[in-house]
Amino acid sequence: MEEAVISTSTPAVELAGITKRFPGVVANRDISLSVRQGHVHAIVGENGAGKSTLMKILYGMQRPDEGEIRVNGSAVTFRSPSDAIAAGIGMVHQHFMLADNLTVLENVVLGSEPRKGGIALDFGTARRKIKQISDTYGLGIDPDAMVEDLGVGARQRVEILKVLYRGARILILDEPTAVLVPQEVDELFGNLRELVREGLTIIFISHKLDEVLSVADAITVIRRGTTVASVDPKGVTARQLAELMVGSELPSPETRESTVTDVVALSVRKVSVHSPDERCIVDGVSFDIRKGEVLGIAGVEGNGQAELVEAIMGMRPADGQIVLGEQDISAWSTLRRREAGIGYIPEDRHRHGLLLEAPLWENRILGHQTRKPNVKGPWIDRGGARADTRRIVEEYDVRTPGIDVDAAALSGGNQQKLIVGREMSGDPVFLIASHPTRGVDVGAQAAIWDHLRAARAAGLAVLLISADLDELIGLSDTLKVILRGRIVADVDPQNVTPEQLGSAMTGAGEAA
Amino acid sequence: MNAAESSFADRLLGRVRLSGLLSLAAPLLAIVFAGVVTSIVLLISGDPPLETLGIMAEYGAQPRSIVLTLNYATTYYLAAIAVAIGFRMNLFNIGVDGQYRLAALVAAAVGGAVALPGPLHIAMIIVVAMLVGAGWASIAALLKVKRGVSEVISTIMLNAIATSLGAWLLNKERLAVEVAGSNNIGTKPIAESGQVPGMAIIPGTEAKVFGLIILAIVVGVIYHVLLNRTRFGFDLRATGRSETAAVASGVNVKRMIIVAMLLSGAAAGLIGMPQLLGSSYSYSLDFPTGLGFTGIAIALLGRNHPVGIAFGALLWAFLDTSSSILQLHEISPEIVLIMQGTIVLSVVIAYELVHRYQITAEQRRVSKELAGGASPRPEGASA
Repeated sequence: MEEAVISTSTPAVELAGITKRFPGVVANRDISLSVRQGHVHAIVGENGAGKSTLMKILYGMQRPDEGEIRVNGSAVTFRSPSDAIAAGIGMVHQHFMLADNLTVLENVVLGSEPRKGGIALDFGTARRKIKQISDTYGLGIDPDAMVEDLGVGARQRVEILKVLYRGARILILDEPTAVLVPQEVDELFGNLRELVREGLTIIFISHKLDEVLSVADAITVIRRGTTVASVDPKGVTARQLAELMVGSELPSPETRESTVTDVVALSVRKVSVHSPDERCIVDGVSFDIRKGEVLGIAGVEGNGQAELVEAIMGMRPADGQIVLGEQDISAWSTLRRREAGIGYIPEDRHRHGLLLEAPLWENRILGHQTRKPNVKGPWIDRGGARADTRRIVEEYDVRTPGIDVDAAALSGGNQQKLIVGREMSGDPVFLIASHPTRGVDVGAQAAIWDHLRAARAAGLAVLLISADLDELIGLSDTLKVILRGRIVADVDPQNVTPEQLGSAMTGAGEAA
Repeated sequence: MNAAESSFADRLLGRVRLSGLLSLAAPLLAIVFAGVVTSIVLLISGDPPLETLGIMAEYGAQPRSIVLTLNYATTYYLAAIAVAIGFRMNLFNIGVDGQYRLAALVAAAVGGAVALPGPLHIAMIIVVAMLVGAGWASIAALLKVKRGVSEVISTIMLNAIATSLGAWLLNKERLAVEVAGSNNIGTKPIAESGQVPGMAIIPGTEAKVFGLIILAIVVGVIYHVLLNRTRFGFDLRATGRSETAAVASGVNVKRMIIVAMLLSGAAAGLIGMPQLLGSSYSYSLDFPTGLGFTGIAIALLGRNHPVGIAFGALLWAFLDTSSSILQLHEISPEIVLIMQGTIVLSVVIAYELVHRYQITAEQRRVSKELAGGASPRPEGASA
């Protein structure tokens, strides 16, 4: 009966027509969303779909260009997170923001310390309040424990408690299960049910479909910056959800002739990568890429793709063997691998691909600082580098007023086109394209795809990592699925359905 | 904080360029602001601001003061370049001070102990100084690369150790002799073949400008060419701007740390040379300390740019020189310290303001020129 009362009441959070633009990119477009009070409302979508921007807007970290936010029926404008907190919205970040060397109590009151007589801290009241919250919601937190002694699951509960302590009735949880092991996930879900039973509302951001289905009362799917569907978890399968997430309109399989040759350009043999704490992140991955072949690796983010790429680039120590052409390059430095003809379009262009505060022509040199036309012996060849930057700007349609502007001034799509142009220069024999069209506008995306196709036709071997199924199926000659660091399936991109691929990727069902 | 945006430290250390007139606007703004603050302090202490500045300017413009200013500036310039080499790649070599003192001491002792034909003698002393400076800095570099020890901590400690080591070495049983006509002790004076004669280039005074002012200019040119025109310099600047991007582009960051630290130390070794070879000919207890820290301030002031540092060093030296006249007018010379501190602080703030203005302006300009209808909003944490 109570359920019926709750479901007829005003929605806890309503977003209408939210749009947020960055230069050249629309991060959120006409997002509409209604979250009922007392619900666990999941927001799912691939990385880069616009979930985080949306949550930043809801938490007051960014302001929307258009649209309205209503909390409990009344329209609000958030200028900062403190406005959001005042409206009863709290956020639990993916990465914990706790001081290890303080107690739970100290961490919780940090920033909103209870005062006694104006100066002294009133720890007694705070301790009672924390105990009370912990008991009410079954969090099982000891206020006097040191945070450094707590496990990951307990730390997360401290984060939740911190938000509740500040009076939040609506909780945003950003990928809360990313850092948890399965048992801890179950515990967390238990806590969440406890919280909604007490009338709180939870917005749960994730791309792990099986988890979302097990905990959510309502699901909204975001794709390419906009809400594409709101579904009831009872009436939807993981496959259908995966399809919604990545888009079901797959490009019609192009009738293009295969350019795959018999010559193996890169051979990866039993490569494994371990984290500093000896966890196996990439587990015995083997594959060959031939000249003129695009090998796609499908997988949900965080299943070892990034580490595999870094191992091939020599940026991360790895076991196993990597052979480029005839040569075993396993022991080579990153520079030597690049010189031998490996091009690299990194996943995070801001961190690994560009010097944002340097002009475009200096960015042209990056990664090619030992090769013509950028250098003459030990000297930088300014003339050569600048001329070649102009060529890239021209050929790859980088929209820029000139080659002396800083890379930071360009839009994401144009930055990416510059990187693609750079990495295609100097006749690479093998190219790693890691999420090559993430966060770029549609026009740039099509252009980058064309460039990749042309390079493939010219005999380039390409390793394509992507979370975008359209991209993977449209470009790849061979598809492999990676899950928890292992290649778990080989897929024929000509015949695969998005359901099969989505299931294999999320581990939600049998492999194709 | 998004990794994509330049951090405050980047801007502080001048790894972010400002273009055109804006790069001049910031320091001018800062100096004007510092002048205002100093005037307020002078007013509070009951001295007339304009008159005080007038006295300083008048005294500073005298031929003898100009020579003194140039000589101070030579030393300061080398100190700031030594610091700037590290700054350009995110290394905070706080140990320039210790590197300089140890290098000067050992070079003086070696120079005093041998006699070689003129240029060779001078060259040898300079090379020894650079080697000692680089050697002392290499301790911090190795600790950072092998053990991950922050160079800030290790160089500060190495400064303290250098002080003690210097005191131990500068003893009559080891490297020191008694300085004739005083109770001071110093290294054995360097023979005439190892001395660099001064240049009487300022008319109206007998005082001579350090001959090694030329060394400072040469070092400035080498610094500029090395950083901006060579592959090595590109790698160094790339590492300073974004270590992750440098790694992905194939830069061996550990090797860059060692090389940059050695270069910084070698440059630090040069700091004492103008005075040692140009006027004192011996390292004694009264050799100036704290030059490394002056170097940090001037490197910040000059934004690690070779010309900017030259102006910074001259300004600093001018203030130091002209402070000595203030006492005669019963104005506390400490006013100059306040001024120097305010200038550094306001330069940092002014650059920050100008930078913020510039980045939005550039984004606006790019979107406007492209007329793609993109909004002029700065690209913050992108989607």
